[in-house]
Amino acid sequence: MTKLSRRNVLQGGAAFAAGSTLGAPMIWAQNIKDVTLRQFGTGVSNLNEVAQKVKEDLGFTLEMTALDSDSVTQRAATQPNSFDIADIEYWICKKVWPTGNLQAMDTSKIKNYDKIVGIFRDGKLTPDSTIAQGTAPHSVGFTSGPEGTDFVDNESGWMTLIPTIYNADTLGIRPDLIGRPISNWSELLNPEFKGKASILDISSIGIMDMAMVVESMGEYTYPDKGNMTREEIDLTMAIFTEAKQNGQFRAFWKSFDESVNLMASGEVVIQSMWSPAITAVKARGVPCVYQPLEEGYRSWGGGIGLSAALTGLERDAAYEYINWYLDGWVGGFLMRQGYYSAVPETSKNHMSENEWGYWFEGKEATDVITSPFGDPLAQAGEVRDGGSFNDRMGAVACWNAVMDENQYMVRKWNEFIAA
Amino acid sequence: MAGPIMAVLLFFLVLPIVMIIVVSFWRATEFSIIPAFVWENYEFLFGSNVTYRVFFNTFKYAAITWVFTLTIGFTVAYFLAFHVRSLTWQIVLFLLCTIPFWTSNIIRMISWIPFLGRNGIANSTLLSWGVIDEPLEWLLFSDFAVILAFVHLYTLFMVVPIFNTMMRIDKSLIEAARDAGASGAQILWNVIIPLTKPGIMIGTIFVVTLVMGDFITVRFMSGSQSANVGRLISNDIALLAYPSASATAVVLLLTVLIVIGILLRFVDIRKEL
Repeated sequence: MTKLSRRNVLQGGAAFAAGSTLGAPMIWAQNIKDVTLRQFGTGVSNLNEVAQKVKEDLGFTLEMTALDSDSVTQRAATQPNSFDIADIEYWICKKVWPTGNLQAMDTSKIKNYDKIVGIFRDGKLTPDSTIAQGTAPHSVGFTSGPEGTDFVDNESGWMTLIPTIYNADTLGIRPDLIGRPISNWSELLNPEFKGKASILDISSIGIMDMAMVVESMGEYTYPDKGNMTREEIDLTMAIFTEAKQNGQFRAFWKSFDESVNLMASGEVVIQSMWSPAITAVKARGVPCVYQPLEEGYRSWGGGIGLSAALTGLERDAAYEYINWYLDGWVGGFLMRQGYYSAVPETSKNHMSENEWGYWFEGKEATDVITSPFGDPLAQAGEVRDGGSFNDRMGAVACWNAVMDENQYMVRKWNEFIAA
Repeated sequence: MAGPIMAVLLFFLVLPIVMIIVVSFWRATEFSIIPAFVWENYEFLFGSNVTYRVFFNTFKYAAITWVFTLTIGFTVAYFLAFHVRSLTWQIVLFLLCTIPFWTSNIIRMISWIPFLGRNGIANSTLLSWGVIDEPLEWLLFSDFAVILAFVHLYTLFMVVPIFNTMMRIDKSLIEAARDAGASGAQILWNVIIPLTKPGIMIGTIFVVTLVMGDFITVRFMSGSQSANVGRLISNDIALLAYPSASATAVVLLLTVLIVIGILLRFVDIRKEL
């Protein structure tokens, strides 16, 4: 009981409100300490700090396992009993949801549902924005009912994933080694960077980067980059195979650490990259820019899904965890690393004015910006690469995707690697 | 004695292989595998010229690595067995050869990366000596790097069996050859090498199977730019295409068995042991 009251004080009633909607907090409050939820997902949001804070705020134990995207898909699709909570990306959801290994979530139990940004609800950041190509989160975000294994195109009240984290990705560059402005995706294949470029070797993401490059080169304009035909896949791969055989690429990377090492060591000066990798390179004192490009960003989003096997007290705890997740602390924690939270306004309470201005509003930092781990990321006067939330998320050209011709694409990708 | 060993082999060797063969005939969709009996995995495998290229690459790595590990391994073993006279020193030097193996082979492999890189130790040393004017790009993320890592990782597997057979060569045979007027080169070619064949063959089997089954060395040292059969399999597994991975594994297994079969035609290891 002492635990419960302390929690309410700490959370300013937020958890209490969530608890009351779930009913009978008195009963589970005593048992909840024994609950252990097993969460797995990609490294980006599977952070030990989150597990510690969950223990502190909610009282139950969260076990985290971090895997790469392929392993995550595999596990979610084949081992439904090995996890309680899946922290996956939306394109993975498109693959995994039809297996029925995840259960639909009742949005009426999600306290901050109404505050979730439009991208995850009707697909629109602002009422007049256009929806980008690819597997846009809202298109796989809702299902027809509690037992649904389909996707519906409206806010049905049953969500497949509760959105947690997302970002807009672009190319990372070494401004000191390039020495001139970079403003197009086509620069990745510019012969000027022969032997100094890299692309990521994860087919479903790599193909999207390739498509951005091909369009930017003016070689072809895809009707839908996120769902290419076989001919379009062949064409895209041919362009990149030729570049590979001409020695354009220094290496391909598959893990986060590899991308950091390639960039920090100067082996590569321009490559596909993820936002925290830029941070990691900068933290080593090496200049690195997450370069906004004219054609826009390739975006991705992740969310939390519940295992179909989850019931009773564990499921109540999972809902409480989700409500806590959207309540702001995690959002602030993630946003201070350069990601975005699904409910930005709650995160604001957990960020300083300077941090909020820098990360979200695209304003000049008024003081040193540090990561949640204490590394300085920006000095006073610096502005975030790409600007504000609306500037960045408003310029998304495509989302990470799974295509209808996915298997064909994967085979072609293997050929590209072996070429 | 035979019973338990058979049981262990059956459970841990035969059963998994049978399972792999069975699964290689199954079908796969993106997120599930379906029991069936279809040849489509094999059809795709043999119908794609990538397969042939990748198998060729795998053989290429195995052959080049074999030449280098054999040359280095034989020389080291020869030195230990015939030039180092005292048994104590033989043991000391032999153990010295194994010291690198106290660390993980992935760590030994990855430690080459900063060494060979564009701004790595090798390039900066060569630059400062004036040997080269600009960094050598082919040192890292190339076939050169892959072979270098293989040779570094697997030479000991050559040294050990060759050293072992050399130690069992009766020294009086060499004396007899010398008394009969044979030169050093003749002794090496006509006496030592024929008697060392079983060791060479065992070492060859180790090296060839290790290189042909590898995927992680190729991935890291080529910067993911080259492929061998192991990488095809690991890519398939990553994409949930277990049946296709199994089919590739079966073909690889057969290939390696054929290679070993051919090798064993040259030397009857059992007789020589």
